[in-house]
Amino acid sequence: MTTTTATTARPTSPYGYPELSGLMALMTGDEKHGPAATSTLDALWVLYDRVLRVSPGTVDAHTRDRFLLSKGHGPMAYYAVLAAKGFLPVTDLPGFGSYDSPLGHHPDRLLVPGAEIGSGSLGHELPLAVGTALGLRAQGLTDPAVWVLVGDAELDEGSNHEALAYAGPAGLDRLHVLVIDNASASHARPGGIAARFAAAGWSTATVDGRDHEALYAAYTTSHPGRPHAVIARVEPK
Amino acid sequence: MIMDSMRDRFTATVTALLDEDPRLALVLAEISRDRLEDAARRHPDRVINVGIREQLLVGAGAGLALTGLRPVVHTFASFLVERPFEQVKLDFGHQGVGGVLVSAGGSYDWPAGGFTHMAPGDVALLDTLDEWTVHVPGHADEAEALLRHAAAAGDDKVYVRLSEQANRAALGVDGARMLTVREGRDGVVIAVGPMLDNVLAAVEGLDVTVLYATTVRPFDADTLRRAAGGSPYVVLVEPYLAGTSAASAGEALQAVPHRVLGLGVARRELRRYGTMAEHLAAHGLDPASLRARIDTFLPAPDRVPA
Repeated sequence: MTTTTATTARPTSPYGYPELSGLMALMTGDEKHGPAATSTLDALWVLYDRVLRVSPGTVDAHTRDRFLLSKGHGPMAYYAVLAAKGFLPVTDLPGFGSYDSPLGHHPDRLLVPGAEIGSGSLGHELPLAVGTALGLRAQGLTDPAVWVLVGDAELDEGSNHEALAYAGPAGLDRLHVLVIDNASASHARPGGIAARFAAAGWSTATVDGRDHEALYAAYTTSHPGRPHAVIARVEPK
Repeated sequence: MIMDSMRDRFTATVTALLDEDPRLALVLAEISRDRLEDAARRHPDRVINVGIREQLLVGAGAGLALTGLRPVVHTFASFLVERPFEQVKLDFGHQGVGGVLVSAGGSYDWPAGGFTHMAPGDVALLDTLDEWTVHVPGHADEAEALLRHAAAAGDDKVYVRLSEQANRAALGVDGARMLTVREGRDGVVIAVGPMLDNVLAAVEGLDVTVLYATTVRPFDADTLRRAAGGSPYVVLVEPYLAGTSAASAGEALQAVPHRVLGLGVARRELRRYGTMAEHLAAHGLDPASLRARIDTFLPAPDRVPA
């Protein structure tokens, strides 16, 4: 068992937010990215840059924060952020999707350094995150936070509702869900997404998914005894 | 003395294992909850009941494994393997974590409950996935031994299939090898788990080898090859879909001409309630039906056809 402690010290990186578009271009071959490709970009950047206590040196530390990307399609923004933060080499980006590349169009945790989870089939990661939060709690690790990013349409999957309906009453207060809401669900949730979480006993915050300060404030809101859902609204798909 | 069932033994064994091994955690979806109240009181953080939510049951189990724990995940076979099959495939297999799935109910344990509570296809489904160990105990003592073996099997993915059907006596199973129960020259009959008593009754007077298999995956090809050395005739008697292990037996014997008869539960729904004995007879798994089918299959130059 490793005893490395996830540090809050943030290593300096030559890549900041302005460089993310260029890193994505290494994968897409296109300097301009539409809203769909960047729907997660700002939310991911603020999370990795200012909130998650995990670094390339602590990816195996028991005390690290965990981020599980559930909406695995369109992972270029995720890979760009991981590369900017030094988890994976920038030189891996141009091979995106090729046979010898670790970077697929859906991430694989056994191939991508820094990726906690492999995703692609929707609706798997929130249940996995519930188990992760339970497993950390059972081992007395009450500090690490567990984050899951889902898409608004992904909430159609029933497995998410099994997980969120359990997590609220179970009081999993180290569990966090980040919903990227680009209004892509064909049958939108009556009453809105936040109401669904709130009805299951979650703390919620709905913010502009492009506003870094608003995202940061929503991420760091105190939510004692309850899991926390941040709904980040971006341009409709 | 009334023998305890495999499911009784599971709840007692997992309760003891939770005391012994701090790495173990148990995940339930209501089923067997009332039998595990002591364990839940003693280990509130490691005995988790997620309610009637089987996708969460399997997903949360794999999530526990991601943090380094060894999850034991339990419900009826139909709701453990069939309903959340993609969770079994991805959350354990694709994510590369291990755990122990323990089912109850099997193929025909509660016939009055009907087809919704029968899972004759569970082992065949796991055969579509890589590196699952499958234990099929035939007695409560064997269930305990195999459960302890599974709990201690590192990060292996293990399925333990418990049944209400049991043999009269337990054998010394080791979690890997088939046991040779008797030897003969005309063929090899492999009895899987709870099928042993019926198989032994069926082959009385026949000159056949009987192998007893309680660990069916990985398939013990070496023991079958040795046993089949003198005869190419192999009969499989399995308490789940007929022929589930036929490909494994064929692979084991690919270097020699051979014939394999796969007996087990039929795909066709019976649409009957009733008792386990009636269902065994309907699937041709009672001693008389087994004998008739084995007689027809084996070469019998010196026997007069019935």
